[in-house]
Amino acid sequence: MALPPYATISQRVGYYGLRIGCGLVFFFLVAPVLVIIPLSFNQDPFFTYPMAGYSLRWYEEIFGDGPLSILWQRSFVNSLLIALCSTLLATVLGTLAALGLNRAEFPFKSTVIAILISPMIVPIVVIAIGAFYFYAQIGLVGTHLGIILAHAAIGAPFVVITVLATLSGFDHNLVRAGSILGASPVRVFRKITLPLIFPGVASGGIFAFAASWDEIVIVLFMAGPEQHTVPRRMWSGIREHLSPTIIAAATLLILLSILLMLTMEWLRRRNERLRGINQP
Amino acid sequence: MFAKVANPTAAFAPGSAELQVQLRRAERSKKIWALVLIAPLFLFLAVTFVVPIARTLFLSVENPELRDMMPDLAAALQAWDSDGTPPDSLVRTFAADVLTAHENRTLARVGKRLNFSISGFRSLLLKTARRMPPQDSPDLLAELTALDKRWGERRYWAALKQASTPYTVEYLLAAVDHQFNPDGEIVEKPPERSIYLTVLARTAWISFVVVTICLFLGYPIAYLLATIPTKYSNLLLLLLLLPFWTSLLVRTTAWLVLLQNQGVVNDLAIWIGLWDEPVQLIRNRLGVYIALVHIMLPFMVLPLFSVMKGISPTHMKAAASLGATPITAFLKVYLPQTLPGAGAGILLVFILTLGFYITPALVGGPSDQMLSQFIAFNASTAVNWGMAGALSLLLMVGVAIFFSIYSRLVGVRDLRLG
Repeated sequence: MALPPYATISQRVGYYGLRIGCGLVFFFLVAPVLVIIPLSFNQDPFFTYPMAGYSLRWYEEIFGDGPLSILWQRSFVNSLLIALCSTLLATVLGTLAALGLNRAEFPFKSTVIAILISPMIVPIVVIAIGAFYFYAQIGLVGTHLGIILAHAAIGAPFVVITVLATLSGFDHNLVRAGSILGASPVRVFRKITLPLIFPGVASGGIFAFAASWDEIVIVLFMAGPEQHTVPRRMWSGIREHLSPTIIAAATLLILLSILLMLTMEWLRRRNERLRGINQP
Repeated sequence: MFAKVANPTAAFAPGSAELQVQLRRAERSKKIWALVLIAPLFLFLAVTFVVPIARTLFLSVENPELRDMMPDLAAALQAWDSDGTPPDSLVRTFAADVLTAHENRTLARVGKRLNFSISGFRSLLLKTARRMPPQDSPDLLAELTALDKRWGERRYWAALKQASTPYTVEYLLAAVDHQFNPDGEIVEKPPERSIYLTVLARTAWISFVVVTICLFLGYPIAYLLATIPTKYSNLLLLLLLLPFWTSLLVRTTAWLVLLQNQGVVNDLAIWIGLWDEPVQLIRNRLGVYIALVHIMLPFMVLPLFSVMKGISPTHMKAAASLGATPITAFLKVYLPQTLPGAGAGILLVFILTLGFYITPALVGGPSDQMLSQFIAFNASTAVNWGMAGALSLLLMVGVAIFFSIYSRLVGVRDLRLG
């Protein structure tokens, strides 16, 4: 909504005031994330500008072969392993459940939905101590599997919600057409349903991946030293001594977030195009 | 997928019984299929999520220590009416069980449980076990009292009785700073031992302040996003979502780096001349508010944005052409239409802020810790699972109340992510 040429002074003040105010809020949102990126290239272990010089020494502490670097690299491997496994589990189970929820009305459907998405609402510390207490009794504390299961539980609701949202615009006549033309239910799912709901499945998967990749509280309770993830290493770093290596790791994570976010945006646009909701 | 039709011509005759049977059968098979698809996730969550949490919450009323480690004493205590001094037989059972538990090395665990009721009980028990008077003395209670005069106080025996019941509300009472007195009545804890009501009030207050700041910062942002052309708003949405996607620990690290005394913000402010000395911006309440608002703002903006997107700009023009000042038009026409979005945002931010743990733990000082911190402390450092369960129950009740309002208002089916 552009400012019309006949705008009054108060309208002008409101117009520019809104934009300046919003600019400041956006600055508040984005600046902290971006400001620390250059600091990771500081040659001195300080966190202030101006910087005396640039160096990659903090990245070497992550990717080199010192004893600390080994720990960092292992934490990246752990994070990736746990996030990928839990995402796979959450995506498969979540997609099936969303298909089921979309398929028919049945009694207590709202309650079932509420239970399926409750991991998003229950405070993470309650989930973590519950998992810790319960999994300890079945020997899953201090194992990758225990963390994967807990992370899959917190990731699945994201998949249910995104796939349900995609299905809300889904034309069920396409499925019927496939069946009438003689395709088996599995074939109908593979050839018709899955390609159409894929953007929802993928965005749900990305949400689930981010939820696991970023998760720290469950890891704090459940992980032994063998399962330390990147957030867990950053946590001990922040508590003991805030070193620039943590800033370097944070920068790498920011790059990953930007990548995930742009993938999401691409999926969203693709979904809108596929479903023909192309608003101006 | 479709039920087989035995006789097509007859089946499709309108109102025929067979058609109705077929339709009903198709409907039922659809429902069964739906349940079959939902079942895997439902069972998975039941095992990995619902049962563990229910188990932990149940710990808040369990009272197993005395009954497991000193079963005879627990039975004797149950028979005692806790009036006056404990009978001789009870004291003898007590002495025998304390010695047995001491030998089995389980006395410390019982002591830990009793310490929860009266601090110092654990060391009293261990001391008594080490210097137990001879079992055959005629007045064992007098001997015990001579060893430590606390055994002459009724409240220690009353605490033992409290610990001998199968279930207890002691942890739940402690979560709201109450306890039993020796007569079994519920009384307030002495002020120096009361912490949790303060923590509860603090948690609610921090959440309230964060919600308020988010509303005032988020409303104009959502308005701007909803009124500018889509190509700009898409870009700005990406900016809004960047912090949303950035790891929580990364953002917390960023604030720690920026807000410390020798950090970027202090340097900049001193350079501009806003203040002369470094100001404490972190490890206090201010730091918690800054970091939490930064995290929660997108959750406020997104529901507001999706509601505002649906409000036609002609409404405001119509109001203006009918003579309303911009402020009147906003208050009477625009604001009421955005209330559902504001309500959703407020509730979502409030629910999520109530359970925050990591951020206050890292950027807050000791007096800024929220309820979650005390749950984690009781579960890990103090290993007091009863207390951890009771505080979790309290937090869950708070979240459940606001979530049920949320689902009435917004509907869980319409829960959206960005």
